[in-house]
Parts: sequence; C-alpha cells; structure tokens
Amino acid sequence: MSIGILGKKLGMSQFFDEEGKSIPVTLIEAGPCRITQIKSEATDGYTAVQLGFGDIREKLVNKPAKGHLAKSGEAPLRHLKEYRLEAIDGLELGAPVTVGDFSPGQKVDVSGDTIGRGFSGLQKRHGFSRGPMSHGSKNHREPGSIGAGTTPGRVYPGKRMAGRYGGKQITTRGLTILKVDAERNLLVVKGSVPGKPGALLDIRPARRVGVPAAN
Amino acid sequence: MATEIDPSTEVDPQTPDAEPQSVEAETATETVMATAATTVKVTTGKLSARALIDEFEAAQLKSDLPEIYVGDTVKVGVRIREGNKERVQPYEGVVIAKRHGGLNQTITVRRIFQGIGVERVFMLHSPQVASVKVERRGKVRRAKLFYLRDRVGKATRVKQRFDR
Repeated sequence: MSIGILGKKLGMSQFFDEEGKSIPVTLIEAGPCRITQIKSEATDGYTAVQLGFGDIREKLVNKPAKGHLAKSGEAPLRHLKEYRLEAIDGLELGAPVTVGDFSPGQKVDVSGDTIGRGFSGLQKRHGFSRGPMSHGSKNHREPGSIGAGTTPGRVYPGKRMAGRYGGKQITTRGLTILKVDAERNLLVVKGSVPGKPGALLDIRPARRVGVPAAN
Repeated sequence: MATEIDPSTEVDPQTPDAEPQSVEAETATETVMATAATTVKVTTGKLSARALIDEFEAAQLKSDLPEIYVGDTVKVGVRIREGNKERVQPYEGVVIAKRHGGLNQTITVRRIFQGIGVERVFMLHSPQVASVKVERRGKVRRAKLFYLRDRVGKATRVKQRFDR
C-alpha cells in the first residue's frame, strides 16, 4: 500500500522494453520520507498523514517547525505535505516512507510546479498564430482584435491575453511506474513530469473519477 | 544541489576517516564499469542527478559493439517477431551517418535493394539490434555521406581503407 511520496525530479532518459521499443522515462529520487503527523477523526475531524522530505540545515528551521518535527524524529526536514487517507491504522509517527511502497506497473499521479516562463505573449501562452513577419506587416506577435466595438463596449472576461505563464502547480495523471530501485530511492516513470530537474514532486497512487482509491 | 560535494572531501585513501567512503565509491564505479566502458564520476556517498541518470543508462548500454565509422559496410542483425517466433534478419549496407551518443546512438545504413535506395536507422543499443558486424572499412572524408543519395551505380562505391 502506498500513501504517496515526495521526491526530486532528476531528469529524463530512455528505457528499452522487452520488445525493444524505446520508452521515454523520467527518473525521480523519491523519499525516504518520514511520517511527521497523523491526523485522526478524533483530533482533526478527518484522517490524513503528513510526510516530511529533504535535508535541511538545523539553523534554517524556525522554532515552531522544529517543535513540530521533534515529535516524529531527530532530523530537520525541508518539505512537509499532507495526504488524505481513509485508513490510518498501523501507521506510526516517525515511520519511514520509501519508494519500496510503490511497485512497477502501478499508476501514479505526479504533481509539481511547471517551468516558470514569466510574462509571456499569446503565441507561447495560448498557442495563437502570429502575423506575417515581412511584406510590410507590422503585426508580428500582436494579439489582434480583442472584441467587438461599441456593443458590447467592453472586453469579455476570460479573453486570452498575455501574462504570467508557468510556475504553477499541475498534475500529470496516470503515469506508469516502470522501475523501483529501493537502494537508490529511485522511481522510473513513463513519460514526463512537471518542472525542471531538481524540482519538488508529489507522487501519489493514481485516482480516477468514479474509481475508489486503492488504499 | 545537495549532493554536490566540495573537492576537499573527495575520496582520499590517506585519511582514515575517508576509508569507508572510498570503498563505497569503488563499488559504485565497479558496477557501472562492469556494464559499460563509461566511467561515472562518483562523489562521496550520495550520487548526483547526472550520475544517477548515467548509471541508469549504463545498465542498458551494450558492451560488445564494434567500433563503427561512417563509410563502413556493416551487417546488422535485426530481431523480427512473427507471431510467437523470433528470428534475426540480416541487413547489410553502408553507414552514411552516425547520430547522438550513449544510449541514444544511432546509425543510418543505406543499401540499394531492387534498384531502390533503402535507408534504415538503427538504435545501436536497442535489443532489436541483435548484432552488428563490420564487413568492410570505408575511406571517406565526410561525417555524413548524404551525397550517396544522389549517385547511382558505380559512383556509390566507397573506397576501402585497410588501416582500421
């Protein structure tokens, strides 16, 4: 049974399957995480566990966080993340969560921040087509018309325009785990995941609408 | 990156406290060396992201590939599955291009089949490529022999070289 795990994106590579097909894969260094808090119906009104991940220097942790982490173990942790669970029996404070909880063939959802692209224009942000670059045209990457005239006399809400693009959390769903290396804390998933190498990722068993969660 | 370690803590057999780390580092390199001829830079303990990816790829690299140059005539054994049966079909031709490196390395092999030029791109480290044998070394002055596409008959011959 896997709760979920926090990890770091290492980068992409490829993998040959039995048929010799080359499959694009992402390598993720996931865990080991530590259970830092268990939330129960009695204390919090719902059931969940909080996992901690990542080395951090002692002095970078403030006192409240230190006090919270001290309940579950010695080492300070950089990231904390809560996972809603139906059953929390058998889970212990301070217990490790490793990639060993996942198995090859399992489907997972991977969340993380996408690559930040800053203030981007319409071509990059919304896939608009651009104007001609030559033949006297001055409309290279302009937005064009953003609406009608006096009627309605305003721009409709939701009109796609230039603005901040990327750098927000998305979830890539239903990725297949191809390999689990418990020794190296390595997860190999098929396909791509959000962010650049080094980005923090949240890996959970895949959930589907209408399909009850496995745990 | 948390795993980047400053050079002073690099494996040094002289200092006693570095001893267990050096053992670890050695075993790590050995496993990689055993699978392929590439060396992975190993720092103490934890591996960097690049090293982990290199190790993952090194495990899939073939160690028995011959050295292939552009211009060589090679015979490639291609695994073909027909239903449940698997057989190896040879494909012979001139290497007109090499691309990429490492796990992604490919060669483009050109041959004239029934009067029609056929080019196939093989991923050298793919299990579909059962074997590669160099039949003849070619003497060429280009890295890509795309000019062969415009030639017919005798002009498509590549001069043989004997020093490789």
